[in-house]
Amino acid sequence: MLYTILCYNQEEVVGAWTKEEDDACMVRLKAVQDDLVKQGKLGPVARLLPTTAATTLRKGSDDPIVIDGPFAETKEQLLGFYMVDVASLDEALDIARDLAVANPGVGSYEIRPVQLFFPNGNT
Amino acid sequence: MTDIAWIDAALSSARPQAVAALLRYFRDLDTAEEAFQDACLRALKNWPKNGPPRDPTAWLIFVGRNAAIDRVRKTSRQTELPSDEAISDLDDVEAGMAERLDNSDYRDDVLRLLFVCCHPELPATQQIALALRIVSGLSVAQIARAFLVSEAAMEQRITRAKGRIAKAGVPFEAPGPVERAQRLAAVAAMVYLVFNEGYSASGGEQPARAPLCDEAIRLARLLLRLFQAEPEIMGLLALMLLQHARREARFDADGEIVLLEDQDRTRWNRKMIPEGLALVDKALRHRRPGPYQVQAAIAALHARAARAEDTDWQEIDILYATLEVMQPSPVITLNRSVAVSKTRGAQAALDMVEPLAAKLGNYFNFHGVRGAYLLRLGRQAEAREAFDRAIALANSAAEAAHIRQHLDRLMKDNAAAEKPAAAKK
Repeated sequence: MLYTILCYNQEEVVGAWTKEEDDACMVRLKAVQDDLVKQGKLGPVARLLPTTAATTLRKGSDDPIVIDGPFAETKEQLLGFYMVDVASLDEALDIARDLAVANPGVGSYEIRPVQLFFPNGNT
Repeated sequence: MTDIAWIDAALSSARPQAVAALLRYFRDLDTAEEAFQDACLRALKNWPKNGPPRDPTAWLIFVGRNAAIDRVRKTSRQTELPSDEAISDLDDVEAGMAERLDNSDYRDDVLRLLFVCCHPELPATQQIALALRIVSGLSVAQIARAFLVSEAAMEQRITRAKGRIAKAGVPFEAPGPVERAQRLAAVAAMVYLVFNEGYSASGGEQPARAPLCDEAIRLARLLLRLFQAEPEIMGLLALMLLQHARREARFDADGEIVLLEDQDRTRWNRKMIPEGLALVDKALRHRRPGPYQVQAAIAALHARAARAEDTDWQEIDILYATLEVMQPSPVITLNRSVAVSKTRGAQAALDMVEPLAAKLGNYFNFHGVRGAYLLRLGRQAEAREAFDRAIALANSAAEAAHIRQHLDRLMKDNAAAEKPAAAKK
């Protein structure tokens, strides 16, 4: 059975950590990850960049609208995610538009750049 | 992370919004600051016991306001004191919080607080010191260290700045769209000043002053959270991230300047660059270009080049030309000439900078750049003269040392030229 573990926190608070605190936290997390890697249980791990770098594509019309900033609707839930390797935000938005065509109706895609990505844990 | 470390981070992240809201209530910087301090003390007592509140910022505003009102009552002795329980028992603060602020309240509050700090009557150094003290919450000692002055001198500078602001009065009316845009532009310029105080430091000063760059980046992120659709704020944040990303590579082990094209690009910060590039992309989608966006776009072209020789100088030339139109300045033309020297050669670049002599004659970099073009054109005597001028005008030892490298190379080349037989062997 595959599970994803989605990490939520207040980004202003995390952003106010000193570099030492941030590094120390990453070291502690890596210890947990290393253990999971040994057990063959760990898949991809990513740390996302701040929501100030995010863009949101809002469905619900023929031509979805692009909004600056993160997904902010509380009535909708996270149902899935993609990770794409592209040259620019526009390319990522084009992909999100294709997804919106394939899956029309309401909903949103938040397009957020990734700070760190480890395909098989932080190894 | 320990409780105290978490609380520390929560308090410092809440600070700009909380102090800004308290300033709106009390219309006085000192009162707002004291109220926030009181709230922090109560947080340190209350949070470890009762757990952190769901909205720390709103909690701090509410408690800070009550504490300050309490203080006023105590001093005026007109009203009966409320029992301490009434204030310190905060279990249901959140449930009963009438003042739940939404994003748009915070927005104008924070903008006002920052705008107060960059009052036009204050010289730039006071603006920066005040913003770092009041908005970022750095201690006077930390700011003094970053500015390389004594703590007493910095204390005095901040006190003087506060005095001037108290006299000038704080603008409390809710800003209209034009006023808001003007405030935002003034605040953005001040944030970039904070950044440049850190960025322009020489190699030896870097450890003390680099925190100014981090603080400016934090302030710009705060602004962008509040003004999510402002392309110039995206540009400003991107510009600072992309420049600061080169920090580790900009100076060698001796603290001497390493030119962009000689920098070890593997030492560029791989966290800041993607964030900066994403922000540039976001900003450009708005098709409302501005100086920060154009400068960020130039920085992005450097960041995208894996090797110096991969740099898209053609595009950088075009962007500098755009910047020249937006913000005509001889320094921008001087920077543009570097791109021109790559695309059209040293003679074209030299032709571009010669007319700037009258305006930039006392600018060390002008002579340094001009000397480099002359050198490439084989005009060694003139190059040496230009480098000598540059050294005489250098602002720091690192700048002088950097020009000296050119001179040393010139001397070596000359020496080699005088002994052609030895060179052939």
